Parts: sequence; C-alpha cells; structure tokens
Amino acid sequence: MEKIEAVSITVEGRGASRAPVSGCSSPSVPTGNLIPLLHEIRHALKRWLDEGQTHVIDLRTIPMSPGEEQRLLEVLGDGEVRADLAALGSSEVMETAFPGVWLVTHHNDDGVLVGRFIEICHIPDILKSQAEDAAIALQRLDDLLSNAETTV
Amino acid sequence: MKKDQTLGEALRSRGISRRSFLKFCATTASMMALPPSMIPVIAETLEKMRRPSVIWLSFQECTGCTESITRSNSATIEDLIFNVISLDYHHTLQAASGEAAEAARKAAMEENWGKYLVVVDGSIPTGNPGFSTIAGISNVDMLAETVKGAAAIVAVGTCASFGGIPKADPNPTGAVSVSDLVTDKPIINVPGCPPIPVVITGVLVQFLTFGLPELDSLSRPKAFYGQSIHDRCYRRPFYDKGLFAESFDDEGAKKGWCLYKLGCKGPTTYNACATAKWNDGTSFPIEAGHPCLGCSEPDFWDGGGFYKSISTPTGDIGRNAVYAAGAGLLAGAAIGGVLHARKQAAVRKHQRATIDDLGEES
Repeated sequence: MEKIEAVSITVEGRGASRAPVSGCSSPSVPTGNLIPLLHEIRHALKRWLDEGQTHVIDLRTIPMSPGEEQRLLEVLGDGEVRADLAALGSSEVMETAFPGVWLVTHHNDDGVLVGRFIEICHIPDILKSQAEDAAIALQRLDDLLSNAETTV
Repeated sequence: MKKDQTLGEALRSRGISRRSFLKFCATTASMMALPPSMIPVIAETLEKMRRPSVIWLSFQECTGCTESITRSNSATIEDLIFNVISLDYHHTLQAASGEAAEAARKAAMEENWGKYLVVVDGSIPTGNPGFSTIAGISNVDMLAETVKGAAAIVAVGTCASFGGIPKADPNPTGAVSVSDLVTDKPIINVPGCPPIPVVITGVLVQFLTFGLPELDSLSRPKAFYGQSIHDRCYRRPFYDKGLFAESFDDEGAKKGWCLYKLGCKGPTTYNACATAKWNDGTSFPIEAGHPCLGCSEPDFWDGGGFYKSISTPTGDIGRNAVYAAGAGLLAGAAIGGVLHARKQAAVRKHQRATIDDLGEES
C-alpha cells in the first residue's frame, strides 16, 4: 500500500505509469501544490462519507511543475476498477488505490489529452447510461423487432 | 441540419451520444475555468439551445485567427460547436464570393434580426476606405451595416480587439479596433495573436450558455483572461526564488528557470496559454523556452522590445523623442539613420542579430 509521509511522499508497490498533462522531467523546484491537493482529496472523501456530497477536482486548473502531476498519479495508484469509454475519443475511468477516489481522463479523437479530473463519489456520472441514449436504444430495438423475421 | 433543431436534437441526429456530449461539457467547463459543478448546467442549457446564426467578418488581418481555429487538430470536440452554429458568412471559408456572398450575409441578417452574433477578426482602417474592402464595400461601412441587428459582437484576435499589428506605430492605415467604432452593442474581446482555438470556441459556448460573460476592464471574458500568464506559469516558483535565465543558452535556461530577465511579459499579460496551452495542449511559449510576448495586451507590438524585461524602462522611443525635441529634428533623424544603417549593414553581412539588436530595433 501507499505510505504517505508528512513532507516527502514515498510510494511503494502499485504505481500507475501515465503521461502527465505537461512536461515529463523531474521538477527541481515544485509548486508545492501536491500536498494541499491530497488534503483536498482527503477532506472531500470525508465529506462524501459523512454527508454524501460528491466532489470533482479539475487537474487542468492547478499549476504543477513538469513531473509533479505524474507524482500525484503515482501516489494515488491503481485501484480495482478500470473502464474505457469510446465517446468523442477515448476516455479512461479508473478507481484509484483509494476507493471512492476516481481518476477520469479524457482524450480527443487524435488521442490528445483534453481533460483530467479527480472525482470523489460512488461512480462517475459519465459511466452511467444516459436516459436520452436509452430512449434511442429502445426505438432501435423496436425497429429491429418489427423486422425481426427478415433481419435477425 | 435543420435550423429549428435544438443542439441536443442535432447532436443525436448526428449519432453523438449524450455521454459524448457530457464529455464535451466537462472539457469545456475545464477550458472555461468553471468549477466542475457547472458541468450539468452547461449540458442542460446547451442541449436546449437553438442553432444560432453567426456572421464572421474578416477585415485588416493575416487570417491567423481563422487558421488558429480551423487548423486545430483536435477536431471533434472543438469543432462540435462550429458544426452546430449556423456560420452564415465567412468570406475566407465560404464557397460563394462577391455578390452571392454578400446576399448570404444580408439574408442571414434579415432572418435573424436582433439575434445573430457578429464575429470580427482584423482591425478597421479609417485612413482611406480603399485600404481594405470586401466586394467593393469598405470595412467601416460593412461593420456599421452588419452590427445594426446583432445581439452581440465577438472581436476575435488582438487586431479586432485593440488594433493589433496594423495599428502599430506609425499606423499607416489609421487602423482602429471594433470598440473604437461600435459603442451601442455588447462587445466581447478575445485577443491574442492569434487567440487560443479552444478559447474562441469556449467564449462562444459561454455566451450561448450564460449570455454575456463577466468581462474585465478591456472587455475580455474573465474566465479566460482573469489571471496573468505569470500567476498560472509552472516556472513561477523559480521567479519567487529569484532563479532567472540570463540568456537563451545558459545553465538557467537549460534548467527551465524563469524567463523574466529575457523579456517575458507574463506578469502583465492576461490569457489562458499556461492552462489551455497550444498545439492540442502540447505546451505554450514559455514551456518551449521563449518569453511571453504579451500578444493579448493592447499595443503589445509597441511595448519597447520583446527581449527587454518589464522592469527595463521602455525608454528608447521616448528618449529619442526627447533628444529630437531638444537637439532638433535633425538629431532624431540621425539616431534613426544610425539604427537603420546598422540594420542594413547586418543584413548585407548576414550577421546574426543579438538580443540587444532586437531590443534596439523594436
């Protein structure tokens, strides 16, 4: 399991290897945003457990030195659930090694990273089937069954 | 696509799922620096929106702004909005030309009077109407006629927002910005040379979703221009610790230290480059090792030198003017002549220009 110390962060065991939003070299002068961000995740997780309030953190809006985001992803690690979406490009929804803390990563059709969020919830909304899409699915099934003798 | 369809209906008819649409809304909210809690609001509003008519006017410009948005490789998501608005007039992109194109513009205005959006790129010459015309119509006249029935105007690029390079000293065409001529309509300035593609689409999404966005003192949407490049720059910690690159190839530059002393205008420039980034999110100028030029600020071209730090007095032009006033115009002409002669000599010898040379010339 991950072991988080007060000042320096040590990771043992599982660690995700994913491309960060920016840069890749190790930061010699970090922004100092890593620990506060982990505190925000911790507070959000507690609020969700106590009050049921979900929380989303947009990683794109937080300045990080090259390499710092990679460090965050390594600390959060990989959990038990991983889902791949094909919706306007690929997306990856993954529960981190901290259950209830999800990492949602969006790419466009060219594979370019266009958004990365940390969500604290049962399951991110984007994974759920949408009623509007289900209504179209129902219509398609009706059409299929009305011609079932010739098409199935 | 039918004009009376809502955006949601149009997307579904194009086979785009609501889940994809939610993804678009999430990345758009991120781009607009809106809190993630606004994602459902954006989705609900955009989905019910009717297809808006947009008339795009290109005046004294280099087409870089249109290039910025059309050359974006991240086509599907950023182009989504452009596919669902009704871009009724854009003389660079549309197939029709001359009278047929102008007829399309007038038809769009009549059909959507009071509701259409006007997007302008390029400054407007006021010196001589013949400096820039479209189908024989001067830019001043076309702007005045087109904005009459507009709901709002989006000035895309620094030229339309502030006059830009055409307005740079000595401004030979008498170039002015849209807001210099139009005073009775809401104007949203989206400066940048060019503006970031996702910022252009983001401003349109923001306008269509929430109406006129909150603007700063220069009429720029605060969502994108609310913070300086410096505040969002990943090199900011180096600045705070006093670690600066002194030249483009010293140890500081190699270590990625702050570019303030090499002329970075990040502290006085408001834009989203540090977060939205360029070339499909690859990087932005400072990340590539070059100082910010401050292209989204008024008169950036006449700021005293791209490679002079902000703390350096922008004295050359002013000082030369003082010298000229004190010693007679002849002295001013002589100083100009020396600089010109040095530049010409360098050109003849194919010498490399130094940072100091560039500073003197600019």
